[in-house]
Amino acid sequence: MTIPTGLRPDLRIIADFIPERTRVLDLGCGDGALLEHLVRAKGVIGRGIELSESGVLTCVGRGLSVRQGNLQEGLRDYRDASFDYVVLSQTLHFLDDPAMILAEMLRVGGRGIVSFPNWGYWRCRLELLVTGRMPQAPDLPQAWHEKPRWQAFTVTDFARFCEGAGIHIGQQAYLAGGRRIEIRKFKNLLSTTAIFVLERAG
Amino acid sequence: MNTVNSVGLTETKHLTFAAEKPFMLESGASLSPVTLAYETYGTLNAARSNALLICHALSGSAHAAGVDAQGREGWWDDCIGPGKAFDTKRFFVICSNVLGSCYGSSGPTTRDPATGQPYALRFPMVTIGDIVRAQAALLDHLGIETLLSLAGGSMGGMQVLEWATRYPRRVRSAIPLATTARSSPMLIAFSEVGRQAIYADPNWQDGDYYSNGRRPDAGLAVARMIGHITYLSEQSMHHKFGRRLQDRERFGYDFASEFQVESYLRHKGLSFTRRFDANSYLYITKAMDYFDLTRDRGRVDDPLGSLTAVFADSAHIKFLVVSFTSDWLYPSYHSRELVSALTAAGADVTYLDIQSSWGHDAFLLEVDTMTKLLSSFIDRVAREEGV
Repeated sequence: MTIPTGLRPDLRIIADFIPERTRVLDLGCGDGALLEHLVRAKGVIGRGIELSESGVLTCVGRGLSVRQGNLQEGLRDYRDASFDYVVLSQTLHFLDDPAMILAEMLRVGGRGIVSFPNWGYWRCRLELLVTGRMPQAPDLPQAWHEKPRWQAFTVTDFARFCEGAGIHIGQQAYLAGGRRIEIRKFKNLLSTTAIFVLERAG
Repeated sequence: MNTVNSVGLTETKHLTFAAEKPFMLESGASLSPVTLAYETYGTLNAARSNALLICHALSGSAHAAGVDAQGREGWWDDCIGPGKAFDTKRFFVICSNVLGSCYGSSGPTTRDPATGQPYALRFPMVTIGDIVRAQAALLDHLGIETLLSLAGGSMGGMQVLEWATRYPRRVRSAIPLATTARSSPMLIAFSEVGRQAIYADPNWQDGDYYSNGRRPDAGLAVARMIGHITYLSEQSMHHKFGRRLQDRERFGYDFASEFQVESYLRHKGLSFTRRFDANSYLYITKAMDYFDLTRDRGRVDDPLGSLTAVFADSAHIKFLVVSFTSDWLYPSYHSRELVSALTAAGADVTYLDIQSSWGHDAFLLEVDTMTKLLSSFIDRVAREEGV
């Protein structure tokens, strides 16, 4: 099975992390590219939640089952452990209440998968130091004054949070400049995007 | 009308049943015999697995597509026909007139076999449940055990939901549009004002107006005018009429119909009296008022939980729920509550609140978006069900 090259790099890795024939909920599924791939190529039972009308229409056009709504309301309706995987790609830094959404992801699903931009990347650090300007998300840059509002955080911030919240980080993957990199050390310094598989610790 | 993708000339057929054994109604009354007017388009496949049921709203009929002998276009011709959302090249589409109506199914205009006179108010009260049970009898007659899908807006959507809970095993997918799981007090209020307008017309004569040539047209017209206001939105009325005057340059300072919106409503009211029966209006609005899926299992303290319990046996059904942002008669939050209940029940739900300024009427007017949604959804259902 080949992963379509059109898929965003972090989504290709997320697709790799998800086993065949599992139940997957994609939060903020956008145009449904990941879900369509998972349904077609991996035989997963896929569902999506998406806020925009254009996104929902595109998803339905692709033959996907997608609900319009925001994540907070949308997640509340699902029973515990309704899914094997709940995906949140490149959205964490836009959320009003990330801790609550992450907790809900792990209530509704056995595992969660997140991808997010890492502001701990060395160039971000250097940019702030040298230019005095707030660095933009390395792989998906967006100016600070454009909506939706975003919050910068790093791989280390996220790992600390998980430790305190009783969330275990399982599989991990890192991108630098849109390409997957194999790193053991200095992950926070060398990666532009992190992709983590999460589950409840213990 | 576009003749290229029309189902063409259609003919309304009639099924009469319950001649020996009366059809029992939810109210405890019974009806015998029962006649249903219906139309079908397309061809039923050998496996009998490609049937779609279309459910009409308050003033609709079985004539949903194509043109009838009088040249009238079907009420949902935009979406039913070869190559359209409900593609008659692939699917067998059925639409039947609801019980209580005046378009060929049993209703107050039907002759009571006991007296030879129209039933008028001696016709028993019918509910959405009764309407759906009669439709099920029609499907039995047509030899159709399961529906690939069923769709309807407004009161049509109530029938769709009733089907999904009453006969879940006979339903593969369901498309409730601009509807609700229980009639709201506001909906009942508008129904009642319409009915009061009819009762107040001296020509109504307690419903016995069929023989002496005096019909409650004024009352029915007012009922329709009120209804029409609720189907529009403030915005669409601004857009359609503004404060423009009809046939006048300046105010006449009299009680003639001056504003365009007045003359529009008068025209709608009047033309409705030429095609609809006042007693049918009473019966069908009552059927809508009674509609509440949670009635038997309802818990006042937990409306969402009650609704979720209603769909306990419907988790295998694929739903497409659609609401419209400017619909204030069936506001979007009714549909969102439905979506929440269906999700909690474990059903596969697709939902979209379509940005539209057309009010409740949008489900018939937003043709491009609806066609895109309906055809993609039906296509997926057909693929997954192997049709």
